Amino acid sequence: MARGARTVKLGIAAGGVVGLLTLGPLVAVILRAEGGATLSYSDWAAVRFTVTQAALSAVFSVALAVPVARALARRQFSGRGLLISLLGAPFILPVIVAVLGLLAVFGRGGVLNTGLDALGLPSVSIYGLHGVVLAHVFFNMPLAVRLILQGWAEIPGERFRLAAALGFGPSAIFRQLEWPMLKGVLPGAIMIVFLICLASFAVALTLGGGPSATTVELAIYQAFRFEFDLGRAALLALIQLALTAGAAFAVLALSARADFGAGLDRPVQRWDANRTGLRLADCAAIAIAALFLICPIAMIVLRGVPALLTIPESVWSATLRSLAVAGGTTVLTLALALPLAITSRRLGWVETFGYLPVAASPMVIGTGLFLILFPLVNPVALALPLTAVVNALMALPFALRVLAPALAGIEADFGRLADSLNLTGYRRLRWLILPRLYAPLGFCAGLAAALSIGDLGVVALFAAPGTETLPLLIQRLMAAYRMDAAAGASLILMVASFALFRLFDGWGRTRAAM
Amino acid sequence: MRISMIAAGLLAGTATFADTPVLTVLTYDSFVSDWGPGPAVESAFEATCGCDLQFVGAGDGAALLARVRLEGARSDADVVLGLDTNLMAAARETGLFAPHNVTVPPLDLPVTWEDDTFLPFDWGYFAFVHNSEALPTPPANFRALGESDVSILIQDPRSSTPGLGLLMWVKAAYGEAAGEVWEALSDNIVTVTPGWSEAYGLFLEGEADMVLSYTTSPAYHLIAEEDATKAAAPFSEGHYLQVEVAAKLAASDRPDLADAFLTFMLSDEFQTVIPTTNWMYPVRGPVPDGFDTLITPDRALLVAADKAQAVRDAALAEWRAALAQ
Repeated sequence: MARGARTVKLGIAAGGVVGLLTLGPLVAVILRAEGGATLSYSDWAAVRFTVTQAALSAVFSVALAVPVARALARRQFSGRGLLISLLGAPFILPVIVAVLGLLAVFGRGGVLNTGLDALGLPSVSIYGLHGVVLAHVFFNMPLAVRLILQGWAEIPGERFRLAAALGFGPSAIFRQLEWPMLKGVLPGAIMIVFLICLASFAVALTLGGGPSATTVELAIYQAFRFEFDLGRAALLALIQLALTAGAAFAVLALSARADFGAGLDRPVQRWDANRTGLRLADCAAIAIAALFLICPIAMIVLRGVPALLTIPESVWSATLRSLAVAGGTTVLTLALALPLAITSRRLGWVETFGYLPVAASPMVIGTGLFLILFPLVNPVALALPLTAVVNALMALPFALRVLAPALAGIEADFGRLADSLNLTGYRRLRWLILPRLYAPLGFCAGLAAALSIGDLGVVALFAAPGTETLPLLIQRLMAAYRMDAAAGASLILMVASFALFRLFDGWGRTRAAM
Repeated sequence: MRISMIAAGLLAGTATFADTPVLTVLTYDSFVSDWGPGPAVESAFEATCGCDLQFVGAGDGAALLARVRLEGARSDADVVLGLDTNLMAAARETGLFAPHNVTVPPLDLPVTWEDDTFLPFDWGYFAFVHNSEALPTPPANFRALGESDVSILIQDPRSSTPGLGLLMWVKAAYGEAAGEVWEALSDNIVTVTPGWSEAYGLFLEGEADMVLSYTTSPAYHLIAEEDATKAAAPFSEGHYLQVEVAAKLAASDRPDLADAFLTFMLSDEFQTVIPTTNWMYPVRGPVPDGFDTLITPDRALLVAADKAQAVRDAALAEWRAALAQ
């Protein structure tokens, strides 16, 4: 087992760092809590609501993503690359910006209801469980599309060639090639969306319509803020961890990678899809998804453009700070995700550490870090580096979810060949893995950068005047009645976030194509 | 990059000028923002105190108290500014605050103020704000609102100061009948947001007829945007009062400077900044043009600080039960 022992150590170290940064703050909060904590009836109601909405959101997001991913996988059209990048936009939007965009379309005074009203039809309300699920689908369906699309890309072109030679129709191809791939990819996609929605806070409360739409994360927030009951906050955080661990184990048990054997990395041609009916269905799937995702974004743009003239100068310095934080986050995320993904090929449990942050409450991490750091240094002085670190933790699970299956595929297809050539350690990384990993790496880097720039993060807990990041500045503008300036700043945030994503993602895909 | 950032941060934290004393004031976020009172207050106080006034922002009022508790006696802060009457008793219980040494001048408050620790710096009434063109005759009280089909946006009392204010308002006005009032209101409520900004943003987007805010909110639209269409609806039960306070921390290593700041806080220089930056009433001195157009409630409702905690917990249970259906 000499081969790759160093990478395994590196992976275990990365897992240790993530575990420490995620669980350490929780322990700090537990140690600081006084007396035993108990959970009330309403806490259990919050757990029920959280699981229900997360499960519904995950199932709908992924179910709707399948036809879209399939259509994108078997169609080539101009603007396809841009559309796929654009699909990433909702996921990386700051929550309140996205909610306002959704409301401009689906709200009481939104485009949809204005249209229904003009036709004499009754209006629809977005508030309630269905509104929460709709918003979560808006956020997460694009991510699911990307994950599933990657599954399609991993079916070697030779398989489709062979299927065409054997005269397989679309249903035979689905049974023989696509369904086995989906069985491998879907559980992971459902899990990641479920976990994201598990930690939902502002979406659930803003669109939920009332106190029955309380999530565990909100209960944690209230335990800290309203009652200052650290014990209860920690207990709720443990429940959230347990829910996540349960979901993660269920997925590990269910998911199995479909083994298609190795291909020659050739572009895929789909002779089976040259039918008018299928073409129309694919067009419809892509058009509906694009409309659903782009309309709210267009509303944000329309609302923000006139406000660009009135935004204060501090928006620009905040943008620079946010870009710096995003840069730090990106480097850190990749530095943690790559060793974790490589090591998880040998030691599956190491990967589990990478998913811990998605279960951890940002509120608990922020407060715990504060408790740990406060006696040593002034946490306010470290606001921006801390934000970069915590944002990297939050982006890590997504990066891992993209990298791990890609790596598994590379190892399964080329691993034995590489072994026989005694290609190990750095050389294996350099000649086998990286060249095939550019596309997913670029996607991960883009995701990490964009998530970091859009996330309020822990900076809100520590920020001193003059260290605001863009999301915090938007929040402060809104708190000072300056909704127009906030709309302008939101547009800048969206553009910056999307540009970063497009930059990294485009880089990865260009390198992969070379 | 990160290393230099950390280094810069550490230097900023430790390298204070040896001969200039630093006064650290912990306050809520919107106080320190460029549009808040912070910048003007800082330069005015520094002109006279011979010190360096540093504001540290920490979320909103409730987050502020949580922060004080987390930092405990080790806190570097000297003054906490931005708690309110609903949080005062809990703040006092921590034992982290010290009585002030300030000669309090006469104050323009709807209630008499006698407290040896907490000093008020501004105040306002909660109210439902609406567009007077879209809703020319708003409901005149909670009962009428409950019977009408006027839609409202409110904030969650467990995460938002105005949300908690509304809870106390209904309880102070209706006592035992508060649960009934909430049941009648439940079909008027479009949604309950986590904070004030979300609710106010949704209201401006046209998601509801009215939003819970302050009687002073229309002054912002009038003075800053020259928009006279926003109005606060006078309610016949009276309006719930919010008094924002500041106090000195017992662990402060510059108690004299902290007292000097609290004295300054009640001076004209500080008080004239408040109306058009914090959009609240000053506790002393004149209000600017535009504030005279605001409604002035006949009755100020306020639950005494020492009873606030118990009333809050009972009211919260009623609120939750009424809205859970």
